[in-house]
Amino acid sequence: MNLIVAIFLPILAALFVPLLFKKVKQLHTGWFVLLIPLSLFFFYASFIQRVANGDIFSSTFHWVQSLQLSFISYIDGLSLLFSLLITGIGSLVVLYSIFYLDKSKEQLHNFYVYLLLFMSAMLGVVQSDNVITLYLFWELTSISSFLLIAYWFNRDASRFGALKSMMITVFGGLLMLGGFVLLSMMGDTYSIRELIAQAPQLAQHDYFTWALVLILFGAFTKSAQGPFYIWLPDAMEAPTPVSAYLHSATMVKAGIYLVARFTPIFAVSELWIWLVTGTGLFTLAWCSFFALKQTDLKGILAFSTVSQLGLIMALLGAGAMSYHVDGAVETVFKYAAFAAIFHLINHATFKGSLFMIVGIIDHETGTRDIQKLGGLMSLMPISFTVAMIGSLSMAGVPLFNGFLSKEMFLTAMLSIKEFGLFSFDTFGVLFPILAWVASVFTFAYSLYFVTHTFFGKYKPEQLPKKAHEAPIAMLVSPIVLAVLVVTIFFIPNVVATYFIKPAVLAIQPFLYSDVSQIDIHISAWHGFNKELWMTLGIFAVGTLLIVTLKKWQHVYDRVPAGFNKMYDAVMQFSDVGMNRLARLYMTGSNQTYLLYMLASFVVLVLGTLFTQGGFVFDASNVAPIRVYDIVLVAVLVCGTIIALVTKSRLTSIIGLGVVGYSVAMFFVLFNAPDLALTQLVIETISVALFLLCFYHLPKNSRTEKRMRFKLSRFAVSFGVGATVTIVAIAAQSQKMMTSISEYYKETVYSLAGGGNIVNVILVDYRGFDTLFEIAVLAIAGLGIFAMIKLRLGEGKEKKQIENK
Amino acid sequence: MEIVMAFVIGFLFMAATYLMLSRSLLRIIIGTGLLSHGAHLLILTMGGLSGEAPPVLADGVEASQFADPLPQALILTAIVISFGVTAFILVLAYRAYQSLETDNTAMMKGSDDDA
Repeated sequence: MNLIVAIFLPILAALFVPLLFKKVKQLHTGWFVLLIPLSLFFFYASFIQRVANGDIFSSTFHWVQSLQLSFISYIDGLSLLFSLLITGIGSLVVLYSIFYLDKSKEQLHNFYVYLLLFMSAMLGVVQSDNVITLYLFWELTSISSFLLIAYWFNRDASRFGALKSMMITVFGGLLMLGGFVLLSMMGDTYSIRELIAQAPQLAQHDYFTWALVLILFGAFTKSAQGPFYIWLPDAMEAPTPVSAYLHSATMVKAGIYLVARFTPIFAVSELWIWLVTGTGLFTLAWCSFFALKQTDLKGILAFSTVSQLGLIMALLGAGAMSYHVDGAVETVFKYAAFAAIFHLINHATFKGSLFMIVGIIDHETGTRDIQKLGGLMSLMPISFTVAMIGSLSMAGVPLFNGFLSKEMFLTAMLSIKEFGLFSFDTFGVLFPILAWVASVFTFAYSLYFVTHTFFGKYKPEQLPKKAHEAPIAMLVSPIVLAVLVVTIFFIPNVVATYFIKPAVLAIQPFLYSDVSQIDIHISAWHGFNKELWMTLGIFAVGTLLIVTLKKWQHVYDRVPAGFNKMYDAVMQFSDVGMNRLARLYMTGSNQTYLLYMLASFVVLVLGTLFTQGGFVFDASNVAPIRVYDIVLVAVLVCGTIIALVTKSRLTSIIGLGVVGYSVAMFFVLFNAPDLALTQLVIETISVALFLLCFYHLPKNSRTEKRMRFKLSRFAVSFGVGATVTIVAIAAQSQKMMTSISEYYKETVYSLAGGGNIVNVILVDYRGFDTLFEIAVLAIAGLGIFAMIKLRLGEGKEKKQIENK
Repeated sequence: MEIVMAFVIGFLFMAATYLMLSRSLLRIIIGTGLLSHGAHLLILTMGGLSGEAPPVLADGVEASQFADPLPQALILTAIVISFGVTAFILVLAYRAYQSLETDNTAMMKGSDDDA
């Protein structure tokens, strides 16, 4: 139970944040907020030892028991690692934001409420065992991220970025929900653990591929993979603590988490391996290439984040290959998942610190434009050191943790071509080449980031503020992260034992039954092997690229930014195109809508009748035709034609009257005296009403024109008439059972004591109908009275006309 | 006779729809009037037209000779209701005339910024 409480603790705390902001003016609200992630961090840290031993914790809170919806918090190696990242980096980010955001100028209560909301959501995502609550928290991260990106909501770019990220992540989230629903239908449970337990059976299911693709959509949109990366660079309009927290260390890794968590289910599939590895590598190469184009420091980091996430994704895909290899524990593929988790930790540390440094530069110089910056090394020595450590780690230089995971990445990519299945032996050769090229660009933009900011000439005239070192309190968080970057390099195996191996066990439960079986040892020195030469090549070519950057950077002007254009086109289409489409058929004219309705009536009824073979013609059961009938039919048809073709409104009213009286005559002929009486009286009143309403109108408002003949109208009305006739004949020709009227005829006197059967039906057998028909008349009368008497809008309307 | 009536009713429906598709309010209301006549006749026809005597108890008339009383009761209800509705829309059209000074529905379109 306390695990569940821990997830919801930030949300509960968020309730008090506005109160503290309003009441305690002297102290920055962030100090109160800091307590929450810090205490949660120590709470989760207390699990480290036990989880490293292979223990698993879980607790359940039943939400909607009848639908099997429960909040299940499940702590194994993978979720513990993510929880520690979320709360640990969360604490550092809150600490940093205390100095970054001004307590008198900013709407701090909003900021911290959103941030705490996000923290809960993220903890929920990584700990949920129930797919539905996982989805719930997933969308909560989308919403809180949306709110945080648009924190400065009076800027256009913030709102654009927020909307873009919302559209893309929610699009993926909804598809993911579809995947979850399919998956839980296949396994008949919402629990991820139970689904993993029946993984072999699931692979045989028809929905398997659908669920796989849909869930990957969710993961790729959230983690900015493939074409969906475009939202992340635009999300950089958020305050820097948000970018550091959400868009480098935590939220964008939700997709990574999802892929890692579902690997045991989907690893068996070829499609999964191809999609995850392929998309990851593509994103890695594509975005590392484009990072060098950026002039905004946060833009560089955004593209760098995307490409590093692609690297982790590709490793996870390669990790799934071990499912297909006999004796995988001995092969190199086991390294892939291990390297993925290792790089995930490393990336969170160095990218978090780099974002914070960018925020400091922005804060102290007033700009993030790399073309205006330069020569800050002597002015901001501490920031420079931290930025240097972060960048070199990102570039994969020894002495920093990025080197270790980059080496493992190269090892994994090199071994892909040994994987014989799924035509990887032919295409496999591409993977190390792509990985190598991407690493070259990674090295180049890492250097570009540092050299163009801190080296070179100081250009004070271009800076809005006079540059100086940040207050030491603001530097605490990046320094802590930078220290971690270096520390991890020297004690990688401690990190492996406590964090990585339990996580790998969660990703590859089919390989190992116990943590102790994972015998991977990280060492910084492998001897002179292929990876080393590749690394040296990366350093050499990367340096060459950065030195000659000015000469070839104009290449970027010729590369189109295709995916952003596509997004804009889709948005433009849904905005303008759909509007136009709707205007096309929503004409605002009654005639058009009636045409739609009647035409669909004709098509649906006739279509059903004839496709189902419902039309039968049988004239054996009909009444004889008499002379009177024929005469009357002629009269009725004449009346109708008069009403149709006449120019004068008076004549058409008389035509309607003719029809009404001949209907009354029909009632007489067909033995319905009560109907005839009523029809005569009511037709008289109706005609009188028609005359009253239309004859006494002022002449000038009348449009006495013959109706113009229109083919579409005629076609539809002919169709309606034909349909009614055909249906009537078909119904007449196949009566299924005899009428219940025999009962009325026999009991009308004995039970009801009346002779007129129709009247007895109206007031006795079926008296309720009559009651409400009286009500209809009463309402119509009252309505007419009100319409004539009540003229509230009159004065106003006249004024409006005058204005026009 | 039922087959002939089916064609007559179809013709009434056709005329009614054609009128209802016009732009003049009066023609639309006349169309609804024709449509209700058609519907009433349709109910009567579908009940069967072979009755020889009105459904009122009388000496010397067998129960099997009565016309079916149930459709008649249904039609009676329908006549009254359609009368109420027709009267209402007639007055509504009259008021629309008075306020908007037109009976052309094409002129009655509101603009987008109408509240």
